[in-house]
Amino acid sequence: MAKFRVNGRQVEASGPDDAPLLWVLRDELGLTGTKFGCGVGQCGACTVHVGGQAVRSCLTPVSAVEGLEITTIEGLGAGGIHPVQAAWVEAQAPQCGYCQSGQIMQAAALLSANPNPSDAEIEVAMNGNLCRCMAYVRIRKAVKLAAAKPRRKAAVRPAEVRS
Amino acid sequence: MSTQGLPSPGRRRFLIAAGAAGAAFGFAAAADAAVSLGPFAGAPAFEPTLWYAIDAQGIVTVNVVRAEMGQHVGTALARIVADELEADWDKVRIVHVDTDPKWGLMVTGGSWSVWQSYPMLSQAGAAGRMALIESGAKILGVPASSCIARKGAVFAGKRSVSYGDIVAAGGLRGGFTDKELAALPIKPASERRLIGGEFQARDIPAKTDGSAVFGLDAKMAGMVYARPVIPPTRNESKVISVDESGARGVPGYRGHLVLDDPSGTVPGWVVALGDSFIAADRAVRALKVTWENGSTAKVSDADLEARGRALIADAAAGSLVVNDPGVDAAFAGAKSQLEAEYTTDAALHFQMEPLNALAFERNGLFEIHTGNQWQSLILPTLAKALGRPETRIVMKTYLLGGGFGRRLNGDYAVPAALASKALGKPVKLVFTREDDTLFDSFRSPSVQRVRMAFGEGGRVTAMDHAAAAGWPTEVMAPFFMPKGANDRPYDPFAINGANHWYSVGTHRVRALSNDLANRAFRPGWLRSVGPGWTNWAVESAMDEAAHATGQDPLAFRLKMLDGAGRNAGIAPSSVGGAKRQAAVLSRVAKAAGWGGKLPAGVGLGLATSFGQDRDMPTWTACAARVRVDRKTGEVKVEKLHLVVDAGAIIHPDGALAQVEGAALWGLSLALHEGATFRDGRIQETNLGAYTPLRMSDVPDLEIDFVDSDHAPVGLGEPATTVVGPAIGNAIFNAVGARVRCLPIRPEAVLAALKSA
Repeated sequence: MAKFRVNGRQVEASGPDDAPLLWVLRDELGLTGTKFGCGVGQCGACTVHVGGQAVRSCLTPVSAVEGLEITTIEGLGAGGIHPVQAAWVEAQAPQCGYCQSGQIMQAAALLSANPNPSDAEIEVAMNGNLCRCMAYVRIRKAVKLAAAKPRRKAAVRPAEVRS
Repeated sequence: MSTQGLPSPGRRRFLIAAGAAGAAFGFAAAADAAVSLGPFAGAPAFEPTLWYAIDAQGIVTVNVVRAEMGQHVGTALARIVADELEADWDKVRIVHVDTDPKWGLMVTGGSWSVWQSYPMLSQAGAAGRMALIESGAKILGVPASSCIARKGAVFAGKRSVSYGDIVAAGGLRGGFTDKELAALPIKPASERRLIGGEFQARDIPAKTDGSAVFGLDAKMAGMVYARPVIPPTRNESKVISVDESGARGVPGYRGHLVLDDPSGTVPGWVVALGDSFIAADRAVRALKVTWENGSTAKVSDADLEARGRALIADAAAGSLVVNDPGVDAAFAGAKSQLEAEYTTDAALHFQMEPLNALAFERNGLFEIHTGNQWQSLILPTLAKALGRPETRIVMKTYLLGGGFGRRLNGDYAVPAALASKALGKPVKLVFTREDDTLFDSFRSPSVQRVRMAFGEGGRVTAMDHAAAAGWPTEVMAPFFMPKGANDRPYDPFAINGANHWYSVGTHRVRALSNDLANRAFRPGWLRSVGPGWTNWAVESAMDEAAHATGQDPLAFRLKMLDGAGRNAGIAPSSVGGAKRQAAVLSRVAKAAGWGGKLPAGVGLGLATSFGQDRDMPTWTACAARVRVDRKTGEVKVEKLHLVVDAGAIIHPDGALAQVEGAALWGLSLALHEGATFRDGRIQETNLGAYTPLRMSDVPDLEIDFVDSDHAPVGLGEPATTVVGPAIGNAIFNAVGARVRCLPIRPEAVLAALKSA
């Protein structure tokens, strides 16, 4: 019965302690923006932030996040639109969109640690996120656009948080 | 299989006509649709055709029968309607509709959507504009001839009345007949205000904040989760026994079902049930199922290839798709000849969203909630499986986490429906990635033989092409198969590309169905389908022929893309014919610096394609610059140039995205993918073993579109099939090694280097 915070809310998982965080988020907490892709931590579709770090939620047992702060795509904007999300729209990066929650969470973690990444640093950080539509050209462009954006306090619309 | 309402082969235009029949149907329950983009619309008050309605607030709701899987199709199609309607784009709403017979054939594939919809949706938009101008003029008290429509309003000089107010006033003319619609002129290109400009795709914002709803996200109160136990073979497995003793201890386990499937879609299937996906997943790992497997449990790639070769060797086998007279005589009299065999390995769809479907009965209707590309194909199968008429089944189409042709085959919906029926509860069936791969209807491996005969000066006098592969259309949609010159049916999607636009003297194309493949697995339509292998053979052979006869590969091709005879093209879709293909090829060669000096180990290679179908050519050409490591055989693609002539472009940024993605798909299929079929199943079931292209593998890309006012054609697939042969040809130009198998592996490059 792990207790932790998701997008600023205190929650408690009801399933087994070794349940992957991904399915707790999706099926118990209704946060379906985080996606299931490969189940083995190699596609990145399930990426969330645990204490600000990008983590593959499909391989993370829920017990491992006891007492920690989780951010999912739904909470990334924290009441508005995160600059990375704005850049994703500006670059028209998504095609099918299924991998993009993970791509965006990965990019947001990268830019928070390294606000001005080089091409090589972007590649290293993003290479674990598979995009089957192969929208890589625009994903790279969007990361650069986001890096160039001033951090703004946008509160365009509230993020939807359900539990 | 019901064939009612389906097109006769080779006459796909009918698909849309069937949908347009009778323009006075009721309005769709749009509020219920799985995907709806744009402002809320009130009760519709004006429906000039089936395809859209306008309410008293002026909101235009466009009904889209195509599935959204990354191509931003709703945006493109709504833009077509809005342009002719002179609508205010900010007041346009897009609804991806549920299945209903009134829509006619529902399929999203073949790169057809824009090409098929453009004339019909334009005319539908024009009909509404005319009716609105007629009524608006009365309100303004002027003759209709003195009015124009712009941005959702009718203007007479400086006075205007909005579409919403016109609709609110009532009395608009509706119910245009098919004949009236077909007679309406489409605006000239100079009058387009919404087509071709810069605008964003409507589906994108929700894909950046977690609010986009994919099939996997569909829910129903009281639903039970299920995960399949995938049997050892696709078609011939029978369940002997199930031992659930290990599963009983899994928390949340709710038992299992051995599916009894009257439609024969999922033989040998068991599903484990649970309170959560985790429970169902863990139960599958604990269930012990024994099967009787059938003979295909022993089939491997070598057997499939041997069968393909045997079919090719038997001159009497197969369907003659092109059968010009005098082919054998031309070879007998040839000055020289070339013969080569090309192969392609299996390729997986590996769409990011694993297969899933939610099924339940509500109010006497069986509802299937899932992402799907060809609802009209799977509905009759679902009807058979459930033992109820198609009219008592409705499919709600969610966003697709990748289509690429996998979801043209809706087989995954059947076990969800069967489980729900057996259980009497909503069932949410979720495949793991491994389940998805094992149940993939992947791209069949192929074997091809190409022969060319040459006369004086290396002129091509004959070409003879035989291609053997598993045929998806034969297995899943045989009513879609036309007949060859010898009256035998063939899968057009599995041979398209071989019937190219080069003038090669006399030409024979023989299509062969690999019957062993069709039994051992379910061959699928994978992005581009046949041209994925036929164009590998055609464009590699063209280069081989040029080199063998001492000609420049560019000049050699251009000479044959002369637009003579049947290659002249027909208005509207293929107007200009092979000359347009020659134009894109010349342009890409120039852009890439063809003929210039390159460093040692670096080569430039060309390839071209007409896309998917001679009825709808998308003229495409590619130049690949590669660097080959002679020691390791590793190939690094440094740059890809592409030039595409797709006629008028509706959504330029979306078109560019499609070509970027398709070109990188081509690169991925050429160097990074390829799967092994052994002992009746695919061996590479997840990432690690199967390795599609990643960001670090992306080369420089330069993509140009030909500026054109010709009929818009398709863009989702064509760029996929030029990249592989361009790379193969570049490798030869770099180091003299000719590779003839896709994917191109370093070992094959090393082996070819030795024999070079």
